[in-house]
Amino acid sequence: MNEVFIFATLNGLVTGLLLFMLASGLTLIFSMMGVLNFAHASFYMLGAYIAYTVSGYIGFWGGLLIAPLLVGALGAGVERYGLRRVHSYGHVAELIFTFGLAFLIEELVQFFWGRDTKNYQTPELLDFALFTLFGQEFSAYRGFMIAISLGIFAALYVVLTRSRVGIIIQASISHPHTVANLGHNVPFIFMCVFGAGTALAGVAGVIAGPVLTTFPGMAVVLGSIVYIIVVIGGLGSLPGAFIASLLVGLLQSYAIAADAGMPELLEWLGVSFERSHPLNDLWTLKLPQIAPVLPYLLLILVLIFKPTGLMGNREE
Amino acid sequence: MLHSFSRSLRPLLTASLLASAALTPVANAQDPVRLGFMDPLSGTFASVGTSGLNLLEFAVDYLYNSKGGILGGRMIEIVPLDNKQSPTETQLQFRRAVSEELRILFQGNSSAVANTLNQTITRHNRRNPGQEVLQINYAAVDPILTNEECSFWHFRFDAHAVMKLEVLTDFIAMNEDIKSVYIIGQDYSFGQVVADNTIRLLNEKRPDIEIVGNEFHPIGTVKDFTPYVTKIVSSGADAVITGNFGADMVSLARSIIDSGMDAPIYTFYAAYDGITATLGEDGKDRIRLIHTDSANPIASKTRRDFNHTYKDAHPNFDVTQSRLVNALMMVVTAMEKSQSTDPYDVAVALEDMRFTNIGGDELWMRPDDHQLIQPLYISKQTDEGIEFDADNSGYGLLTEYEVTADDTALEHSCRMRRPRR
Repeated sequence: MNEVFIFATLNGLVTGLLLFMLASGLTLIFSMMGVLNFAHASFYMLGAYIAYTVSGYIGFWGGLLIAPLLVGALGAGVERYGLRRVHSYGHVAELIFTFGLAFLIEELVQFFWGRDTKNYQTPELLDFALFTLFGQEFSAYRGFMIAISLGIFAALYVVLTRSRVGIIIQASISHPHTVANLGHNVPFIFMCVFGAGTALAGVAGVIAGPVLTTFPGMAVVLGSIVYIIVVIGGLGSLPGAFIASLLVGLLQSYAIAADAGMPELLEWLGVSFERSHPLNDLWTLKLPQIAPVLPYLLLILVLIFKPTGLMGNREE
Repeated sequence: MLHSFSRSLRPLLTASLLASAALTPVANAQDPVRLGFMDPLSGTFASVGTSGLNLLEFAVDYLYNSKGGILGGRMIEIVPLDNKQSPTETQLQFRRAVSEELRILFQGNSSAVANTLNQTITRHNRRNPGQEVLQINYAAVDPILTNEECSFWHFRFDAHAVMKLEVLTDFIAMNEDIKSVYIIGQDYSFGQVVADNTIRLLNEKRPDIEIVGNEFHPIGTVKDFTPYVTKIVSSGADAVITGNFGADMVSLARSIIDSGMDAPIYTFYAAYDGITATLGEDGKDRIRLIHTDSANPIASKTRRDFNHTYKDAHPNFDVTQSRLVNALMMVVTAMEKSQSTDPYDVAVALEDMRFTNIGGDELWMRPDDHQLIQPLYISKQTDEGIEFDADNSGYGLLTEYEVTADDTALEHSCRMRRPRR
């Protein structure tokens, strides 16, 4: 049981930190634009596909460097030439724009790369077991995923709270006109933040591609959960996104590891039902079966009891 | 100007009118035979649907259209209908098929979708006599479709899950090294059928094999299978059995391999569409597959030519689902035999049809339940003795175990209601 618990924690950490890499960019962009970027997960997918192609020429590490830069540049371009123009038509227009962009990117990816699963592999350098516990291997690549996500969180935190650039970004988010009057180029700052946010999604794609498989549905599979995380964490809150990501990652992982469910609960309550009972499906439900639904349940609970999210402070 | 124009045009116009008048009955017979292909062409499972569509379109051109068509010169046209593998979307696409007068629908992916389509078609056909639609199921393997829910308007060209599991459990039972198995599958009708019947059959054949896990996960939404695999590893299973397909299959196998576990994985669908390439060397001699087709060795020259021509036309695709070609050829044979494209006539001609496919296998469409009886094969992933690899990876499927058609036939509980004509 111990081994399952330890590995469930590690797996939850890996998933949670990966989700955070997406959620951090998304929540930053939200606090800036005031609109959810529905195409965010598509940039994650683009990161994986570009890195897959680049790694064919110059190896995984080259892909890790180049793909996020390309995705970030593309993101900045989308902000500069797309979103900025749409901005004057209000939030609804922006929302629909990013929504459409998500479809467009998905179709483009299928057009250029095809619809089959891509053979994108982890680098040979990390192709060993980091440690073996109770006969189970924990791959070095997963350790690398944890390290790189923690590194990014630390870097983001320091830049945003301790550096001059971070102060200007924070000020542009809360008081754009004042910052502009002080002589800063606010639209340029927004473009950079958008580019950095999408580049983060790109990094997530590059490192997730080899383990979660690179296929055209990857944006949809991960996308929905990321939007939930930023809402649970509180829209626009970076620490909130961090906590919510870990919470969702661990919650799912523990639920899968748990071998409990309705049968155990009923037994504990001393109730039993016939197999022919019309609600038999409900009485035999196990936690692992519903694990991927739990984040949505958590979302509903958070919206009921703390509508602003765990760390959110928007009271509008 | 206008006058002279119309005068110079007049003879031409008359001629063409005459010609078209003379041609009218023939022109009607020259209309293409339109077949619907309803499968996911977008979304999570798009790769499976697209590879099927590619193969069907190629087979139509290669076998019929390039040789002058069927029924005395009519071309076959495939109309793709994207149902995104969702039962709701399937209803919409079915409405579209009806309004476009597509009367024969090929559909394969997801038993949930096949069941929906089966019910929809049965209802539609009862309410619209003379407008019937025929379901050509080339891949959905929920046994219910040729048992409790069987229909005159449904024909299955794949072997159903229990037929496959009979063979697979025989094969597992022969392996004395296997003392425990772990079953994991997608949480819907097919996944449950696989789990229930694997347990039942293994209990009969090898009571000493322990079922150490029986897990369901939601279909198409799991991001990372590592937590599931952790449980598989800690259960100490000697083998894993799964009915997963598409992205769920490749992610699961990847996670099992990454965990360092070296148990064999018995599957229904772990090959092609990027899966073989992704698993590569790690999957060698570990991934086993129960299917209806011997991919290697190739039994006949016709099949070899077919494969080569397909590879030339689509270098990035493989002949993944030869049962789709079987289905097409048997439907066309039924059309030729009945000299009709009407679903009722085609269905009657399909019943009890015996057919030798391009690989040389003998097929029989059992009339009582519309289940195709065909040989079944168990293959393993390897790079040795492979003539046709998968995903251009050098790795492919090599037949290890073969069961003749007669030995795969099972009892059925179908009470078919035949329409009166």
